[in-house]
Amino acid sequence: GGIAGAVPKGALAQESLEPNTWEEITNYCNYYEFGTGKEDPARYAQALTIDPWTVRIDGLVDKPGDYSFADIMSQMTVEERIYRFRCVEAWSMVIPWNGFELADLLNWVGVQSGAKYVAFETALRPDEMPGVSRPVLDWPYVEGLRLDEAMHPLTMMATGIYGRDILKQNGAPLRLVVPWKYGFKSIKSIVRISLVEDEPPASWNVANPREYGFYSNVNPEVDHPRWSQATERLIGSGIFATRQPTLMFNGYADEVASLYDGMDLRISF
Amino acid sequence: MVDYLNAALRRVPAWVLYILAPMPVLVIFYLGLTGALGIDPAKRIEHELGLWSLWLLIAGLAVTPLRRWVGLNLLKFRRAIGVITFFYLLAHLLTWLVLDVQFQNVWADIVKRWYITVGMAAFVLMLPLALTSNNWSLRWLGPGTWRKLHTLVYPIAILGALHFLLLVKGFQWEPILYAAVIAVLLLSRVRPERLRSFRLLRQA
Repeated sequence: GGIAGAVPKGALAQESLEPNTWEEITNYCNYYEFGTGKEDPARYAQALTIDPWTVRIDGLVDKPGDYSFADIMSQMTVEERIYRFRCVEAWSMVIPWNGFELADLLNWVGVQSGAKYVAFETALRPDEMPGVSRPVLDWPYVEGLRLDEAMHPLTMMATGIYGRDILKQNGAPLRLVVPWKYGFKSIKSIVRISLVEDEPPASWNVANPREYGFYSNVNPEVDHPRWSQATERLIGSGIFATRQPTLMFNGYADEVASLYDGMDLRISF
Repeated sequence: MVDYLNAALRRVPAWVLYILAPMPVLVIFYLGLTGALGIDPAKRIEHELGLWSLWLLIAGLAVTPLRRWVGLNLLKFRRAIGVITFFYLLAHLLTWLVLDVQFQNVWADIVKRWYITVGMAAFVLMLPLALTSNNWSLRWLGPGTWRKLHTLVYPIAILGALHFLLLVKGFQWEPILYAAVIAVLLLSRVRPERLRSFRLLRQA
């Protein structure tokens, strides 16, 4: 189970973070399967069936199989993590997630030695997702992490917010949260997790490789081609609030910068 | 029906539009400040004003085709529509400057970011049109030059459509729809006899 003590110290310096309201977190979402407007997910995601829910875990694992959400939860220890959340669109929030470390799940199913990456896939339900009838992206939504990123103690699978079950517009019943990467890496409503040898496809990277890299680490020095990433608007801080500077790795540099030692973050963006 | 409409419109002076014009802006800002525009009001205000600019641009461009193909005469409102379009574009630009980017790296953004470059170009091209939208300028330039100058609205409309196309994430229909409407309105101005002479030129 997830032991809070295993988390590096910096991540627990959470007292300075003031979480956004439930109202803000659940009504301002990017979940294009339900439409491209920020309020579309809150409006349309209610049609999504999340019970029963099965996650297929396959690839280079000791115990592949179809795991029910209940099976997974019976093995995991849920804890709260208050993380900064930085969208690639240059806005941010602070979210009090509940969930477990992805590493705990991966250790439970047993990662085999050849695995180098983890691939994730979101549910694709045309009957329940009005947005997927439009070719905004190549559905289903897929994402990927390098194995060391996936095993990092900051990387979690969220199943709740503010101690309540996570709502459908926020990625129920379980979603990834990688706090040092742009929000789109934190894939929602996961139905498949595969341990693989080669770098898996990531939806936004496939759609526009010039604008969205595989890593997509929050980096104020590497701009998105169409806007600056140096600053961000903190949602909920008021209409006349000033932008705040974006932090390297979204403020988690002490914990994660070493994962990228020797890499040119302008090239591997 | 159209005759009835034309007769009714003949009694409406153009200045009525100037009275009505600020209302949507005031409503948009009021809704933004009271929280009715959702969680991120600054962005919503910016987008709403951008959409209003496009609608007004389309309305201005629709005047001639409506007269030619439908017989509806809105000609006397066209200048007011144009002036109001300029003010919405200005409000959109100011919202971006003050509430969104807050004057940070504005020049770099204008030079580096394509959709901003295109949007700014549209605004700059609109300046001479706004400045010459009075009767004195019309007399000073003469109707021929004035009309020629005001055909700048065609590249402005193309830039406006392009601005929207360039700024969305992923493949989205909405900006394509706007671009299509603007394309139809511009193509409706192409005269067949000019096309023929163009074809003759190519054959020669």
